[in-house]
Amino acid sequence: MVYIIKRVLQLIPILFAITFLSFAMMRLAGSDVVEQKMLNTGQVISETQLEMAREQLGLNSPFLVQYFRWLGNLLHGDMGVSYVSGKDVFETFVSKLPATILLTATSIALTVIISIPLGVISAVYQNKFIDYVIRFFSFIGNSLPNFFVSLVLMYFLGIKLGWLPIISKDINSTSIIMPTLTLAIAMSSKYLRQVRTTVLDELSKDYIVGAKARGVKFSITLMGSVLRATLVTIITLLALSIGSLLGGTAIVESIFMWDGVGKMAVDAINMRDYPIIQAYVMWMAIIYVLVNLITDLSYRFLDPRIRLGDRES
Amino acid sequence: MKKKIKLTIMSCLVVLIIFMAIFATYICPYDPYEQDLSVAYQAPGLEHLMGTDAYGRDMFSRVIIGGQVSILSTLALVAIIAVFGTTIGIICGYFGNKVDFVVMRISDLCLAFPGLVFALAVAAILGGGIVNAVIALAVISWPKYSRVARGLTLSIKDSTYIEAAKLAGDNSLQIICRHVIPNIIGPIIVTATLDIGTMMMEIAGLSFLGLGAQPPVAEWGSMMSNGRSMLQTYPWVVLSPGIAIFISVVIFNLFGDTLRDAVDPKNVSQSFSK
Repeated sequence: MVYIIKRVLQLIPILFAITFLSFAMMRLAGSDVVEQKMLNTGQVISETQLEMAREQLGLNSPFLVQYFRWLGNLLHGDMGVSYVSGKDVFETFVSKLPATILLTATSIALTVIISIPLGVISAVYQNKFIDYVIRFFSFIGNSLPNFFVSLVLMYFLGIKLGWLPIISKDINSTSIIMPTLTLAIAMSSKYLRQVRTTVLDELSKDYIVGAKARGVKFSITLMGSVLRATLVTIITLLALSIGSLLGGTAIVESIFMWDGVGKMAVDAINMRDYPIIQAYVMWMAIIYVLVNLITDLSYRFLDPRIRLGDRES
Repeated sequence: MKKKIKLTIMSCLVVLIIFMAIFATYICPYDPYEQDLSVAYQAPGLEHLMGTDAYGRDMFSRVIIGGQVSILSTLALVAIIAVFGTTIGIICGYFGNKVDFVVMRISDLCLAFPGLVFALAVAAILGGGIVNAVIALAVISWPKYSRVARGLTLSIKDSTYIEAAKLAGDNSLQIICRHVIPNIIGPIIVTATLDIGTMMMEIAGLSFLGLGAQPPVAEWGSMMSNGRSMLQTYPWVVLSPGIAIFISVVIFNLFGDTLRDAVDPKNVSQSFSK
């Protein structure tokens, strides 16, 4: 309990640093947001109008004043309005979340379905033919950039075979398949290696021989003890992936026109829409911090040998 | 012995790729930037090995020139982060104390964000351009090296030969150069080699999003992004640079794996190999 409180207290300076950094980064960006905003409207504008707009947005106040004003608003859940659409940032953001969460869930599920069985098979049949085949595909998967995978999938599944829609007009059961596949291919290739290594480690331990000597069926040892022992690895990997997936995978979401937070971030960056970018960076920070906390805590339940607090060093 | 042969073959391939990148301008059969609309969208054939794009530019030449940008910028990026990160790591590990604490917290912060997200933000601030993409990725990638270098430095810091050097009157700089660096450089080089493939994909990814190399500069990621709309009708415009990225990443990854096995299978743990 003390440990949990300590961990939560440690989060405060980190979150504070991140808010400051994300604010400073955007303010020091150098490009003039007001000009950018006016350019987006396509009108011709005078210097006086620019000055008025700067005043109105509070861009003429000292840097720290702007920061604390922003932080204060943030604590009230007010993230400002988008420079481009003029809509409330928080609402825009929340409206994009379901798509990203859905894609995260499906791709994590598919990754688990692919990587755990294949990793275990690969380890059990170490250096046999099937192991080489699995490792070969994992190597290939690791060397493919995800935008290339997306485009190849689009070409074959969407254009050549015509099975799936190329661009997702809305979120439905067919439009989610290709983005999910793209993400799962990359993640599974990475993770099945880790699963394989962990299972190999576990299989070389004495208790496996012990179980065999007692006449326990190998499949039972595998399903019971070995899988349980590999859970720690798997949970860590999944937690890290969930963290980055919830941030929206900028590239995949953009390619498939998947209307999630990743695509929103890319669009906002291209339009220099600072409030949206800031909201996005804050979201990433919160996810990261929470995922780390939950992962650390979950170790305790899975492996009581890990004494919390020791992990600090 | 078998390992040695494998390493030799992989080294040759890597040298070949780098050679092609450096002398790209002399290898191209056509001018990669010369437009000739009369030969636009030609399918791959003997005349144009990978076909031509919307402006009649030879894809094969563009892929080779694109490799110059992609590969050289990746190598520059990895060199920068490896040298910078290692230097910081050695300083932290060797001198310890407050510097160590502050730098390690900064690197925690950098490691905190998923790479591409942070790079996106940095690239957005600096604007597009391949140099800015390299800077953006460098900002987020150096901590890995400082972690490795710091750990390795800590592990040898108290060994007897360092004590001996101190007693012999060497100052810190001499000890670091003569004893620390030669002893930790192996794992660092392996980490860097294994990083090349990943970094190449990340640079191409940023360019794909329009935050790296800008048109008309030929770069694999931006070439694929520009050709996206032609995927249906002229797939070679998209697939050729994609295959080029894939082959280069495979070669660098294989080289990294072979090098790791050859140097010391135990020394570099799995976690650095991604």
